[in-house]
Amino acid sequence: MSFYGLVDGSEKSLKTFLGQLSGVDQVGADARAAMLGTRSIKTTSKRWAIDMAISMVDLTTLEGADTPGKVRALCSKAVRPDPTDSTVPSVGAICVYNDMVAIARTQLDAIGGKNIPVAAVSTAFPSGRASMEVKIQDTQDAINAGAAEIDMVIDRGAFLAGNYGLVFDEIVKIREVCGDRAHLKVIFETGELVTYDNVRKASYLAMLAGADFIKTSTGKVAPAATPPVVLVMLEAVRDFYSMTQRRIGVKPAGGIRTTKDAMKQLVLVKETAGEEWLTPQLFRIGASALLNDLLMQRMKIADGYYASPNYVTID
Amino acid sequence: MTFEYAPALESRSIVEIKSKYGHFIDGKFVPGKKYFPTLNPATEEVLSQISLGTTSDVDKAVAAAQKAYTKTWSKMSGKERGKYLYRIARILQERAREFAVLETLDNGKPIRETRDIDIPLVAAHFFYHAGWADKLDYAGLGHSPQPYGVAGQIIPWNFPLLMLAWKVAPALATGNTVVLKPAETTSLTALLFAEVCQQAELPNGVVNIVTGDGSTGATIVNHPGIHKIAFTGSTEVGKKIARAIASTDKKATLELGGKGANIVFDDAPIDETVEGIVNGIFFNQGHVCCAGSRLILQESVADEVIEKLKVRMTKIRVGDPLDKNTDLGAINSKEQLLKIGELSAVGDAEGAERWSPACSLSEKGYWFAPTIFTGVTQAHRIAQEEIFGPVLSVLTFRTPQEAIEKANNTPFGLSAGIWSEKGSRIFWASQQLKAGVIWANTFNKFDPASPFGGYKESGWGREGGRHGLAAYLKTGKESGAK
Amino acid sequence: MATKKIARVEVKKTYKLFINGAFPRSESGRVFEVTSRKGEFIANPSLASRKDLRDAVTAARAAHSGWSKATAYNRGQILYRIAEMLEGRSEQFASEIALTSDVTPLKAAAIVSESIDRWVWYAGWSDKLQAISGGTNPVAGPYFNFSIAEPQGVIAIASSPSFLTFIDAIAAAVVSGNTTIVLVPGGLSVPAMSFAEVLATSDLPAGVINILTGSLDELAPWAASHMDIDGFDISGIEKKRRGALKEAGAENLKRIHAFDGKLSPTRIQAFMESKTVWHTVGV
Repeated sequence: MSFYGLVDGSEKSLKTFLGQLSGVDQVGADARAAMLGTRSIKTTSKRWAIDMAISMVDLTTLEGADTPGKVRALCSKAVRPDPTDSTVPSVGAICVYNDMVAIARTQLDAIGGKNIPVAAVSTAFPSGRASMEVKIQDTQDAINAGAAEIDMVIDRGAFLAGNYGLVFDEIVKIREVCGDRAHLKVIFETGELVTYDNVRKASYLAMLAGADFIKTSTGKVAPAATPPVVLVMLEAVRDFYSMTQRRIGVKPAGGIRTTKDAMKQLVLVKETAGEEWLTPQLFRIGASALLNDLLMQRMKIADGYYASPNYVTID
Repeated sequence: MTFEYAPALESRSIVEIKSKYGHFIDGKFVPGKKYFPTLNPATEEVLSQISLGTTSDVDKAVAAAQKAYTKTWSKMSGKERGKYLYRIARILQERAREFAVLETLDNGKPIRETRDIDIPLVAAHFFYHAGWADKLDYAGLGHSPQPYGVAGQIIPWNFPLLMLAWKVAPALATGNTVVLKPAETTSLTALLFAEVCQQAELPNGVVNIVTGDGSTGATIVNHPGIHKIAFTGSTEVGKKIARAIASTDKKATLELGGKGANIVFDDAPIDETVEGIVNGIFFNQGHVCCAGSRLILQESVADEVIEKLKVRMTKIRVGDPLDKNTDLGAINSKEQLLKIGELSAVGDAEGAERWSPACSLSEKGYWFAPTIFTGVTQAHRIAQEEIFGPVLSVLTFRTPQEAIEKANNTPFGLSAGIWSEKGSRIFWASQQLKAGVIWANTFNKFDPASPFGGYKESGWGREGGRHGLAAYLKTGKESGAK
Repeated sequence: MATKKIARVEVKKTYKLFINGAFPRSESGRVFEVTSRKGEFIANPSLASRKDLRDAVTAARAAHSGWSKATAYNRGQILYRIAEMLEGRSEQFASEIALTSDVTPLKAAAIVSESIDRWVWYAGWSDKLQAISGGTNPVAGPYFNFSIAEPQGVIAIASSPSFLTFIDAIAAAVVSGNTTIVLVPGGLSVPAMSFAEVLATSDLPAGVINILTGSLDELAPWAASHMDIDGFDISGIEKKRRGALKEAGAENLKRIHAFDGKLSPTRIQAFMESKTVWHTVGV
C-alpha cells in the first residue's frame, strides 16, 4: 500500500519518514506563538473574527452526566446560538459521545439544523485503552447513528513506546470504517505527548494514515490546545499541503474559553497555515464555554457596552 | 472577506512633546542657542526642536559632572548610589508606555518592539546595575575598584533609550558621572529620561545630557575634563575616536559595526530557524549592529530554508509604527534610507538576486521593504559592508569548516548565529567563531546580565554583565599605559 | 442621656501563623504571651506545633519548583518589592521592635533602616550569583565544562531574636531560589508577623517564605530531623544546643549552618549546590 506515495505503512517506512522531519526548538516555537499572541484584533476585524469563530465551534458536551435533555438543549444552542439575534451564525458541529449521536441528529433535524454535522468521540475516548474490535465497533455505532464526523483518539501509550506502526494501523482501520460517510479527526492528547517534536511526528503520522483533521486534545487532560502546540500542527498541515496538495484541517480543543483565546487561534491560522485554512471546513475549535463568551463580545460590539452572562443562554 | 487586521493604533496622547528642548545640565533644563528639528520618520512630521550643543554647552555639562563627581557621587556609598538606580528603574517601569510611544514616534520602530523589548530592557538594565553598586568588591576587579570620574557617552539612533541605559546604568553604578549625547535624530527619550532623573531626585550633575550632532560628540570626545569615553556607533567614527584619544589618558569602550553571520546547519530546527533569520535581520528594521545580516546556509537545506523564509516574509507587516500589529517600521532617516538603497543597488549590480514580498509602502516617511539577496558570494560588497537596514545577504556552504571560514572572513566580529540541534556542533562552532556574542538556536537576544561587545573592528570592551563593569572601573590591568 | 466623651478604642490585630501565603491559626490552638519590657501585655502570637511545621514544609516544597525556576530578574524584582513595602511601614516596624525588645525608639528605627538596606543588598544578588559562583572549567579534552550554582531546596531557619538577623537569614536563603520555613521566637513574633503581611502584599508566591512563631526548643528538633528539609540555618540556636540538631540532621545529611552577622555572599552560597556539566565539542 502507498500513502500519498510517502510511506508504505510499514513500521520501518514510518520510522524513516518521521525520523527525517526537522526538530522543533521549544523556545523558538513558544516565542513565535507568544509573539502572535500580541496581535491586536480590533473593530471590523474583531466582528468578522467572532462570527468566524462561532461558525468554527464544535459545541461539545462530553460528561458522564450527559442526558438526552442536555444534548437537545445544546442542539438548540448550536442552531441559534443567540435566540434574540438571527444574524449569529450556527456553530460548526455538535460533539457528543457515541450514545448521544442519534438524539442529537434527530433534534438538529427537527429544529432546522440539518446542515450541522454531529461529531462523535470514538475509539474508547478519552483513554483509547480498548481492543481494536471495540474501537471499530464504537466507530461503526456512531456512524450508524448518524455521526458525520468521528473524533478518534490515538493510542498514546503505543506512540510513546515508539510503536508508530500500531498507531498508524489503528488510524488506517478507523479511516476505512469512516469511508465516505464520516470525516475523521485524529486526537493526539498533546498534554500526554508533551514535546513539540512528538506533536509534529503525531501530526504526520495521522495525516499519512488518512486523517481529515488533526486535533490537539480530548479536553480531559491539561495542558491542551496551547498556542505553540497549535502552531506546530498548523506548520505540519501547511507543509503537508506543499508535499501532497491536500489540505488537512486542524482542531484545537481544550482550554479555549475566551474570545481572546479564540482570536489568538485565528491569528495563528492566518499567519502560519494561511487564509485558506480560515474556514470551518479546515479549522474547528472544540469548546463549550467559549461560545457564550463570543456571544457576549459580539453584544459588546453591537451595543457599545459590556454584556453580562445573564443575557446569554446556558445550555 | 478575509481576515485583515483593522488598524490597532497605540494612542499617542500618552506623551506630551514640547515644541523645543534645551540641554539637561546640572539637574536643570537649559535652553540651547541653535536648534534643529527632530522628525517622525514614519510621517516626516516635525516633532520638536532640539538644541545643538556647542563647546560652551559641553563645557558646562562637564563642569557640572565633575562637580557632582567630586562633591557628591564619589563620596556616596555604593548602597546609596544603588538606591537611586533602583528608583530610576522603577520610574521607568511606571512610565514605560509613555517611553515606548515616544521612542516609536521619534525612531520609527514598531510599538510592539518598544513596548515589549526596548523599554523593559531599559528598566532591567537599571535594575541589574543598581544591584552591583554596593557589590563592586565582588566583581573580580580587585579590592575597592575606583571609578574614572566623568564619562562622556555618545549613543546611536537605533535603540535610543536602550543605548542610554547601557551607558548610564553601569557608569552610575560604578560611581562615575556622565555627559551623554543622544543621536541627532533621536533625542526625545533621552530628554524624557532627564525628567526621570529629576523625579528620582538624582543629585544634580550626575547625569547631564547635551543634544547635538557629530560636532557636539567630537567636542565631548576631545574635552579635557572627560576621563572615559563610551561610544556606540559606526566603525568609521570609532576609529576617529581611537585616534583622537591616542595621546591622552582617556579610556574608551567602543561598540561598533558588524556583519553578523547566521549559520544554518542541515540539522537545524527549520521553522524556528526561519523565525530566527527573520528576527536576526528584520528586527528593528535591521538597524542593529549585531544583526544577522549574512545568512550562511548549508547547501543541502538551502532551497528549503529560502522557500520557507520567503513565505514567512510575506507575513511581515510593514507599516505605521504605532500600529500594535506592525512588525517592520520606518527607516530612521532619509540619509539612512539612501544608504540602504545605494548598497542594495550595488547588490543588483554585482549580480545577486534580489527578492522582496509585495508590500505597499507609504509615500510619506522613509520606508524600505524587507529584502533578501540570494546568490551572494564573499566577494560581493553586500557580503562585506554593513547595510544597517532590512536587507539580508544569503550565502551557502558545504562543510562546517567552510561555514566558519566564511563567517570569520570579515573585519568585523560582533555577533554570529548557529542553528543546529546537535549540541557538540554548536559548541564546536562557537569556539571557532571570532565574534563577541554567539547565539545558538536564537538571535538578537539581550539581557543586562549578559556581556555584549565585539572582536576586531567591532569595537573595544564589553557592556553588560560582570564584564561590563570593568569598562567603568580602574583596575590593575588598565592602570598602566594604554 | 448625656454620654461622656471617651477616647476611641483601637482595633487590635489577631496574631496567626503565615503558611502557604495564608494566615492560619496554629492547629494546636495554642498561643503564648508577648509582653513589653515593663511586663505589659502586647500580643498572643500562635504557638506553632510540629504539625504546623509539617504543613509549612509541604507548602515550601510545593513552592520550590516555581520559585527556583523563576528568572533571577523576576526573583530580584519581587524581593525588591518587599523592600518597598517594608519602607512604607518602617515606622510600624520601629515601634514594634522598640516595644518588644530592649532598644530605644531611635535605635529601633536604625535597625529597620539597616534591615531594609540589607534586604535590598540581598535582592541585588539574585542575578549576580552566577557571575561570582559559576563559570567554565578548562578541562583537558574536547569538552565544554561549566559549573552553575543552584539552590538546595527547602531551608529551615531558626531565627535569633533580633529583627535584623531574621531579615538576613531569610533574604540569604530565598534569593537563590530556596524556599523557607522560619521559626521565630518570643517578642520577635510581633514584627515577624507584620513582615508576613508585607510578604503577603509583595507578589511573593505562596509558600516561598513561611513563618512560624513559637518555641525554638520545641520546633528546632523537629525541623532538624524532618527528612524533606534540605538545609537548616541554626544561627538562632545557642551554641551548646547546636550539636544535637546537627546530629539529628545527619539522617538526611542536611546542610546545617550557623552564621555571624557579617554580610557576605558566602552566606547565600552556603545553601546552594554546584552543578557541573560536561558537553562534547565536535563537528
